[in-house]
Amino acid sequence: MTKLRANLFVVVLSALAILTIGGLALAGNVVIKGSTTVLPIAQKAAEEFMKLHPNVSISVSGGGSGNGMKALIDGSTDIADASRFIKDKEIKLAIANGVFPVAHRVALDCVVPVVHPSNSLSNITMAQLKDIYTGKVTNWSQLGGPDKKIVVISRDTSSGTYEVWEKKVLKGAKVTPKALLQASNGAVAQAVAKNKYAIGYIGIGYVSSAVKALKVNNITASAATARNGSYPVSRPLFMFTNGWPTGDTLDFINFVISPAGQKIAEEEGYVPLY
Amino acid sequence: MVGSSLRRIKESIIRNIFFFIGLASIFILTLIVVFLFKESLPIFKVVSIKEFLFGQYWYPTSEPPEFGIFPMIVASVVVTILASALAVPLGVLSATYISEIAKPRVKEIIKPVIELLASLPSVVIGFFGMVIVAPFLQETFDISTGLNVFNASVMLAFMAVPTISSISEDALHSVRRELREASYALGANRWETISRVVIPAGLSGIGTAVILGMSRAIGETMVVLMVAGGAAAIPESLFDACRPMPASIAAEMAEAPYHSDHYHALFATGVVLFLATFVFNLIADYVSNKYKQTGTATL
Repeated sequence: MTKLRANLFVVVLSALAILTIGGLALAGNVVIKGSTTVLPIAQKAAEEFMKLHPNVSISVSGGGSGNGMKALIDGSTDIADASRFIKDKEIKLAIANGVFPVAHRVALDCVVPVVHPSNSLSNITMAQLKDIYTGKVTNWSQLGGPDKKIVVISRDTSSGTYEVWEKKVLKGAKVTPKALLQASNGAVAQAVAKNKYAIGYIGIGYVSSAVKALKVNNITASAATARNGSYPVSRPLFMFTNGWPTGDTLDFINFVISPAGQKIAEEEGYVPLY
Repeated sequence: MVGSSLRRIKESIIRNIFFFIGLASIFILTLIVVFLFKESLPIFKVVSIKEFLFGQYWYPTSEPPEFGIFPMIVASVVVTILASALAVPLGVLSATYISEIAKPRVKEIIKPVIELLASLPSVVIGFFGMVIVAPFLQETFDISTGLNVFNASVMLAFMAVPTISSISEDALHSVRRELREASYALGANRWETISRVVIPAGLSGIGTAVILGMSRAIGETMVVLMVAGGAAAIPESLFDACRPMPASIAAEMAEAPYHSDHYHALFATGVVLFLATFVFNLIADYVSNKYKQTGTATL
């Protein structure tokens, strides 16, 4: 290589380096960590947001609500996704660290018990659901149906849908080991659709004509009943920030709460705020 | 002389390149094994090895958590044994047919079709089992769920048969012609030759094929995840749902919080699975060497 060409090469390379680093320095950066239930909303919203604001780079990861809170408290994240409200212990730790957690409700999670369309049952009580899932009630005849064993379908224990079910229906009791564990909402819906004597639970966004949604305590699951709290098996989903958010973080939270962001929440199978 | 020493250097460089490439694969394998063991050890501070292997309840997210994988181990064993019971006769006998009895034209059609079965993605087989076989089983046998041990075994046999058949066929094919000719020369008929000379001669390769098929059955994840049912209880009948170890890991790994006890317990389940396939491979090696015909081309 001639001396001129070598010099030119060095100049071009350094110019590229300066532009890249300079570009990075100017770009906004938002870190989001936390609940895997809120994760699909955060990820999709981040993608759409980055298309509208190419200068901002958002990194989204899961790890659980607890880990998200921990990251917010020690400053390694801007937004903590949470499928539950912040706990007392976490609030004390946050204040001790100079962090003031602010909750933003971004969507609602609504879990519906479903059975096969040919099942004659249309309403079920919370107590009956708990008995079925803990294994106390094992036959449909105990609920006024045919003399057939109830096939209980549940979710793997690290799923957010399972968390809602465990807290609101089981109230901490253990699922019977005979329950068939499926790995996703789709798999549960499929299993219930193909089995006349099965019962399962899925997020409201996954209810289709292939399964029959049951009323719980005579209340139908819908966006309205989830929002006003009358449907028992639902919970709000949050994004927590340190103090009132500013800059790109504020823009992102506003985007998630805006109609465009709520449309994303609905597409992902959750109940939008309005 | 310069010429020959240059040649020696070139030879030695090439030899070393191959040596290091070979070493690289061993190195990568060792790294994976070390990582596996490292990530699984912390769970044994929380639960003893005996409790882990023989505990009957798997509740990793309850307070207090329970980490017993005995039902998973039993499910894996039962499903593997059943799948092998279905796949081994089918595989070996179809290999015998292809290798010894079929006319060349028939052989040309059947062998590629069996290999085609091997190339079916496991998720397709799992989907087929979940959507077609499960409702069919439920209707025909009047059982509570079609996602059970039987369904999983049949689907796994589907996957193991091409492996067993293909390798056995190669093993039988490589039995020396002289052996067969000597048998015919001594007055044996075709069936006697096949059953008493060819198959015993190819036993080393057939043994390898069987063990490889069984390893495939025990490690297969997608099929058992979709079709075995997922119940973490010891199956009491052929038509009970069960959860083999790979299904347990696949279902929960994505959402288990990083470096939590649940995470370590899943890695420990992976270690048990790894040890099982490792033992299988050792047995395959032993069988293959014990029955090897010296002086012939074997697998």
